[in-house]
Amino acid sequence: MKKIFQFILFTAVMGAGSCKKDKDFLDIKPISILDNESAFSDPAQVLSILADLYNRQLDFSTFDDWSTFADFSESFPSENGRAYIVQRTGWGYGEWGINWFDSYAYIRELNLFLQRCEAAPNLSDGDKKRFLAEARFLRANFYFEITKRLGGVPLITEPLLYDFKGDPSYLQHPRAKESEMYDFVISEAEAIKNDLPADVNVKSRASKGAALAMESRAALYAGSIAKYGATTPQVALPGGEVGIPAGMANDYYTKALNAAKEIIDGSAGGYALYNSKPDLAENFASIFLDKNNNPESIFIEDFKLKSGKVHYFTGWNQPRYGAEEEEGGRINPSLNLVESFEKLDNTYAPLPVEDGSGNPIYYTNQADIFEGRDARLSGTVILPGTAFKGRNVDIWAGYQLADGSILTGDDRGAQKVLPGGTNPVQVVGFDGPINAKEFTAQSGFYIRKYLDPAPGGGSRGTSSEVPFQRYRFGEVLLNAAEAAFELGQPDVAAGYMNQVRARAGLIIELTAGDITFDRIVHERRVELAFEGHILYDMKRWRLATKVWDGNKMTEADLLSNIGKATKRNTQPYALWPYKYHNPSSPNNGKWIYKIVLPTLVTGANNFQLGNYYSFIDDNVRSNNPKIVRQPNQ
Amino acid sequence: MKITFHYFIILVTAATFMSCKKDNYDPPKTKLSGKLVYQGEAIQVEYDRVPFQLYQYGFGKTGAIGGTFAPDGSYSMLLFNGDYKFVIPNDQGPFIWKKMPSGEPDSLSINLKGNQELDIEVTPYYMLRNAQLTAGSGKVSASFAAEQIITGTDAKDIERVSLYINKTQFVSGANNIAFTDVSGSSITDIGSITIEGTIPDIVPAQNYVFARIGLKIAGVEDMIFTPVQKLSF
Repeated sequence: MKKIFQFILFTAVMGAGSCKKDKDFLDIKPISILDNESAFSDPAQVLSILADLYNRQLDFSTFDDWSTFADFSESFPSENGRAYIVQRTGWGYGEWGINWFDSYAYIRELNLFLQRCEAAPNLSDGDKKRFLAEARFLRANFYFEITKRLGGVPLITEPLLYDFKGDPSYLQHPRAKESEMYDFVISEAEAIKNDLPADVNVKSRASKGAALAMESRAALYAGSIAKYGATTPQVALPGGEVGIPAGMANDYYTKALNAAKEIIDGSAGGYALYNSKPDLAENFASIFLDKNNNPESIFIEDFKLKSGKVHYFTGWNQPRYGAEEEEGGRINPSLNLVESFEKLDNTYAPLPVEDGSGNPIYYTNQADIFEGRDARLSGTVILPGTAFKGRNVDIWAGYQLADGSILTGDDRGAQKVLPGGTNPVQVVGFDGPINAKEFTAQSGFYIRKYLDPAPGGGSRGTSSEVPFQRYRFGEVLLNAAEAAFELGQPDVAAGYMNQVRARAGLIIELTAGDITFDRIVHERRVELAFEGHILYDMKRWRLATKVWDGNKMTEADLLSNIGKATKRNTQPYALWPYKYHNPSSPNNGKWIYKIVLPTLVTGANNFQLGNYYSFIDDNVRSNNPKIVRQPNQ
Repeated sequence: MKITFHYFIILVTAATFMSCKKDNYDPPKTKLSGKLVYQGEAIQVEYDRVPFQLYQYGFGKTGAIGGTFAPDGSYSMLLFNGDYKFVIPNDQGPFIWKKMPSGEPDSLSINLKGNQELDIEVTPYYMLRNAQLTAGSGKVSASFAAEQIITGTDAKDIERVSLYINKTQFVSGANNIAFTDVSGSSITDIGSITIEGTIPDIVPAQNYVFARIGLKIAGVEDMIFTPVQKLSF
């Protein structure tokens, strides 16, 4: 009996203990996951969510991969593993496409952010407004980036939810028109610009300046696609997913001009051209290096030392000789680009290599051949005979001997005996150029833009915190100039162009009559070289099929029609310096230059009509049959 | 029961025999081949430039099996038996491929039950005929006749005529060691066009080159060519 009593007692205690409701017992808030309400309760918390979204923006050229700067014959890729860039005869239709899944996952998270932030009860109105505007900026900028690559895509502005009933067809959206994509970017920018700070010091987060800069670029792209799309009528789809009617051009150009003007007249903050250094080339290079008091940069991808977000662009591309790591020299700007920088009298000319009768020109100093040119040349490119970080680069290809032969070596700084000499001497530069020797200056040049001169900037351990300029004031001026030119206001265009040019030392002003389409194209090419613009510019002007026409370039092609928008640019040429050795000649020890095509360059850029809009994967179209195929593929 | 070595042998043998059964599908074996023709004459194109697409019915997915025509206009594919449709995408090739009223390219139905040869009949803008290519004294001389096939509203002008020379049998704008252009405006009689090109030094030396003439039609991306010829000198 005693046992039974114990059993009853035990059962009673157990029963009483389980009186607690299942819900109270089992529903415990996880302590490692924030729910929406608490995540959106504190501004610092929201900012950290937003930081992740900022990090997932898309750029054409990115410091994560140097080769994204290297294509299109603007440079020679001096790494044998990337030599395919100059050996292929064209691009696949899928090139420059997007990862559809990741992209729409990102857009979904932006939409969710907007929905949750809107609903958050504990955020102050001011904070909420700015966060919402930032997310909308990121979404618009991302759609803009996709539109540049694919034309119209499904424009999703709400988080989509699947009901698990087996039929997902209500989630299938067709592609929007290309013009609708640009309209979306423009209207978003207009809607959010006043919710964002009009502050020149806000650069890594969205600002009013960033929204307007995006608007002006997007409207300019749309305007030029409308206008120049008429020259390639095949590049269009009947539903307007690709191609914009020509009649819409003026409207877009007007919007582009107005948005740019809003930045230029200072209503978005005190933006101005960077003009802090007396040496103009140094000044131009510093636009990309100077993080403090830089009124030029508008929206950047920022990096910070010791934070984990650093990049190794300098290490990949620094002059190899005497560098902080025993590597560098990958991006070698081509002669095609170098020769396109104007002379100070606003004329175009090839670099003088030979005189009228075909004899080589002898230069006392190596850099003399580049004298009297646009300061942006040596601000963008490290030229032979100039210095980086206070050390002269050692770029020369060998000795030109009196009998016409060349004495050179096949290793960096190789030594050989000169005719008439007894001891071996150095016969080739420590920076090359040596044919097919990777990491030497195979085009005769190194890139200077973005190269970080700070100690440790080119070392693996430290790396660099130089930011990537997504939007900057110089481009805004050029946007305004182009839009004004297309609207028939060449005098206004000349005014904007002259500001940009004066900063580069081109102080003879262009008049309204000088402004031509060729001038506009040329100015963007030299000002914005290696900033991720060249492909999109060539696409929107429908010039890509002309300049990258698949035909090999001859030297005559290279030297003629400099400054012409339609000039062929299919293979990167090189300019190699040689030392003249002839003790009996007054020219002994002087420099001559030779134009060569690096032997690794076997392909020719061939941009086909089907490349204008990148291929949309068959799986994507299979999952959503409403998505129409791109033209000409 | 004692596990002996015998059991092990038996197990391994059994497993080996069982795995003889194939765990995979047969590869496609039916060959579909043919070439691009106009009234029985082959049309020559550039390597890897003119695409075609085959769609097989009945598999849910809508993606195409893609391929490109060889320089001599031929194509071949290994497929499974079944129903297919054959399409040349819009604006591809130096010819007109019919379009549906909706703008989609017209399609050709193919019922594949075994190896099949199927020539694809198209209407080119121009035909190149009587190509005579000779090599000698460092030059390639060529003459040919062009005939305009498509006239009327769809007619297109000749943008240029090019002579391409290469070391290998892939001869085109993308693959050549030398080329000569003659612009369309300087051609007076399309029935008799001559063009000459210089053979550059070839390293390592070889005493033959491959050459062909291409005709670029204004507003059409792909060129039409004469057959590749091997020229010894």
